[in-house]
Amino acid sequence: MLTSAHMMALTPVILVCATAVTVMLGIAWRRQHAATALVSILGLNLALVSLYLVYSAGDVSTPLLVFDRLSMLGMVLVLASTLACLTMSHAYLEGYPGRKEEFYLLMLCAAAGGMVLVASQHLATLFFGLELLSMPLYGMLAYTYRDKRSLESGIKYLVLSAAATAFLLFGMALLYSQSGRLDIAGLLAGLESSGGGAWALAGAGLMLVGLGFKLSIVPFHLWTPDVYQGGPGPAATFLATASKAAVFIVLLRIVMVAPAFHVEWLHTVLGGLALLTMIVGNLLALIQTNLKRLLGYSSIAHFGYLLVALVVADGLAVETAGIYLITYLMTTLGAFGVVTLLSSPYSGEDASALHHYRGLFWRRPYLAAVLTVCLLSLAGIPFTAGFIGKFYIVALGVEAGRWWLVGGIIAGSVIGLYYYLRVMVTLYLVEPGMRGRDAPDNWGMKAGGVVVLGLALLVIAFGVYPTPVIDWMSVLTSPVH
Amino acid sequence: MILLWLVLVPFIGGLLCWQADRWGEKAPRWIALITMMLVLIMTLVLWLQGDYQLPAMNAGADSIRWAMEWKVPWIPRFGIDVHLALDGLSLVLIALTGFLGMLAVLCSWKEIDDRIGFFHLNLLFILGGVVGVFLAIDLFLFFFFWEMMLVPMYFLIALWGHSGSEGKTRIRAAIKFFIYTQASGLLMLVAILALVFAHHANTGEYSFSYADLLQTPLSENMAMVLMLGFFIAFAVKLPVVPLHGWLPDAHAQAPTAGSVDLAGILLKTAAYGMLRFALPLFPEASQTFAPIAMTLGLVGVFYGAVLACGQRDIKRLIAYTSISHMGFVLIGIYSGSELALQGVVVLMVAHAFSAAGLFIMSGQLFERLNTRDLQEMGGLWGRMGSLPGFSLCFVAASLGMPGTANFVGEFMVLFGTFPTAPVVVIIGACGMVFAAIYSLILMQRVYFGPSLNDQKFEGLDGREFTMLLGIFALVVLFGLYPQPLLDTTSAVMGEVQGLFQGSLPAGSVPMSSLAGGGQ
Repeated sequence: MLTSAHMMALTPVILVCATAVTVMLGIAWRRQHAATALVSILGLNLALVSLYLVYSAGDVSTPLLVFDRLSMLGMVLVLASTLACLTMSHAYLEGYPGRKEEFYLLMLCAAAGGMVLVASQHLATLFFGLELLSMPLYGMLAYTYRDKRSLESGIKYLVLSAAATAFLLFGMALLYSQSGRLDIAGLLAGLESSGGGAWALAGAGLMLVGLGFKLSIVPFHLWTPDVYQGGPGPAATFLATASKAAVFIVLLRIVMVAPAFHVEWLHTVLGGLALLTMIVGNLLALIQTNLKRLLGYSSIAHFGYLLVALVVADGLAVETAGIYLITYLMTTLGAFGVVTLLSSPYSGEDASALHHYRGLFWRRPYLAAVLTVCLLSLAGIPFTAGFIGKFYIVALGVEAGRWWLVGGIIAGSVIGLYYYLRVMVTLYLVEPGMRGRDAPDNWGMKAGGVVVLGLALLVIAFGVYPTPVIDWMSVLTSPVH
Repeated sequence: MILLWLVLVPFIGGLLCWQADRWGEKAPRWIALITMMLVLIMTLVLWLQGDYQLPAMNAGADSIRWAMEWKVPWIPRFGIDVHLALDGLSLVLIALTGFLGMLAVLCSWKEIDDRIGFFHLNLLFILGGVVGVFLAIDLFLFFFFWEMMLVPMYFLIALWGHSGSEGKTRIRAAIKFFIYTQASGLLMLVAILALVFAHHANTGEYSFSYADLLQTPLSENMAMVLMLGFFIAFAVKLPVVPLHGWLPDAHAQAPTAGSVDLAGILLKTAAYGMLRFALPLFPEASQTFAPIAMTLGLVGVFYGAVLACGQRDIKRLIAYTSISHMGFVLIGIYSGSELALQGVVVLMVAHAFSAAGLFIMSGQLFERLNTRDLQEMGGLWGRMGSLPGFSLCFVAASLGMPGTANFVGEFMVLFGTFPTAPVVVIIGACGMVFAAIYSLILMQRVYFGPSLNDQKFEGLDGREFTMLLGIFALVVLFGLYPQPLLDTTSAVMGEVQGLFQGSLPAGSVPMSSLAGGGQ
């Protein structure tokens, strides 16, 4: 029954949903862009604060949702990335000629979906959360629908995501037919007593495919570059950060507890996928001339590295996954944030072709510095958060003796360096006849500017002194073993 | 605490330079110069005050003796500390870094005229990273600095470099440099981690501390593989011949200050790494590997010298001579005799001076002639003040003329290696003939022979004259009286040699139990 403890634990989700409802009612009453943004940001901040209270109250488990430390981590990540995306949306949508306010509504719904997803311990909530996360994204990606690419990316994501959902549902049905249960713990117990068998493994495999689509793991990555390129900046940012983090966390939860996933050959398959993902993602990124596509491929590669945590699945694995997700989110938010800010206010297609970035340092030095820090972090260079993440992943691979994966990480990083460096040096090249500073004087004061600058500082701070986050992570993830 | 300042001063100075851009173009240059001078002075004070001669004498029972140590926890989860320590070897190399850093700032006084603040930021960050490498004895921290100094070097080459012939742009050279060093660096990271986990399996504790990891027992194969991980990382930077591909390009396209840093100190970090980490951590594997390493060194000696003879670009020529000289360093490191190891130190210092002198000279030639192509030079003797005279001196130093520090170094390396590997020494000594050939080619093509025209060029101004005279004075000083260098580093080299040979008297150093297995 619903006790006060349950209500308490649900507060963050309820707050986000309430914010969404408030925003919706507000839009119906009177359209006011700034106020809508303000209410959304306020709501998310409240949810973050309440999350802290929930965290200190201890673990709570309901039949459908579980509020343990892993889901807390997931919720923090989802909320923080949503907050950053929302802040950037405000600057971005200022110039959008159509209706602006619904974008916030969609993003809030997606955030609520992500929060449900990370806390799900029942296939029903898993499915519900995943769909609530994905559905608004179709709208967000196609939000600037007068731009052909945006529309294309929305539809592409819709079709492929629907296909992935079908896989996921089929997998769930197979698992249900074998165990007769839908809650994850019971399902696993049922599978264990019935000894698993081919159908259960097929079900697990199909679920993996479904989730793999969302994480754009090779060979299910085909949608990623187009969608990233076409979608409006904030939507693409949300897709690359909050959405991916939420899906990864639920996958992590399943793999950690599911005996069906502890079969050796499944680990081999996962390992193969990880290797393939990092190599293919990096190789394809080499030939891109569009920064958003390039970041898309690089995010594919990074999830290849992250999969190593799932392959190893013991020892430092959860901690590693947490650390890597945090570094990935900070960095990706920063990089996409710069792209979004450069395309703000909206004026047609985003400024994402590489030639837009030529000599950026001499026009907008701080923005270029932020992008440099983020690219260095993506490449995993010391003094940035990315280095700590890469250190963890390599350490995990070495500890488990998965030498192939370690080799893949090294090869991938080296290939990655080439394209990150190429972008980075472009920022500093002087062009003949270049304009001087063209940044509006007050951009840094605006919310979007503050967010990216703060992210860059965080990336550096975490790279130099990671101890607080590491301590948090090792406490946060300890009970999952 | 002063050790921390040694690392921090260049970084702070770099940030100041960046911001000083707005106060005019002289400000960053002076700030950078003063910063490096500060580093040099601090090191010299440490040198004069400290006693580096026999630190092992009063060694405690359970720790390696450092002349100075500074330690705070950094990432306790993995037992990672910010652990800096100084001994004779690092002291000499840091003093070298400070001196060459000043030279690098001075020689770009006129060469660099755009983005001056940002240039000096990068320059000082490289130097700060190098100082960090020489001081860090926590393996994580060492790796941190090792990788970190690549980024500013990359910018230095990519943004202020010279584009060479078709298809050899500065950006390509910079990327090549970065990828070579970064890839090999990752191998080292894997080796470090494997070592740490081996230590963890053994003791149940995570530690990246040099002193703890020294006592990790490893199976023979494992030690070999890990040693190779370290060796490859250092070999790329030294460079050892099959892994040297980045060096000629990077040198040729880098600005003068970049070349001075690269040849003068970045290459030395590799030799330092071998002496500090590769040999002591894996003494037995290193000993097994020594014949191969020495052969690679020999190949480097000849390969560098022969290719140097055929170059048209003066900076590429000097770059190849570096490969040749580093071959001798490699031979000396793996010879396992104390004399040769001391020779390595002298040779490193001497090569830093002579290579820096030659690169500065070629930079000054470039400023006057606007070319680095040997075929467009010739007959310049007597037409540009005292530059040709200085060039002759540095060329003589580079070929190892007696009276210069290079002679002392090479002589000690060869002499010390002879008892263990006479064949290597005999062949290597023949390689020195090539040194004479390329040196003469350099002098002949630039300064003698038919001249293209009779144009007179500007002589050396006060700044250039002081720089060259200063370097030359040091070359001769250490050529005639290398004793201070030898005194400072003899204790460290003795320890390295003891580990390597496994012949250390029991009890004097804790690692003796480990080294004893090498027999």
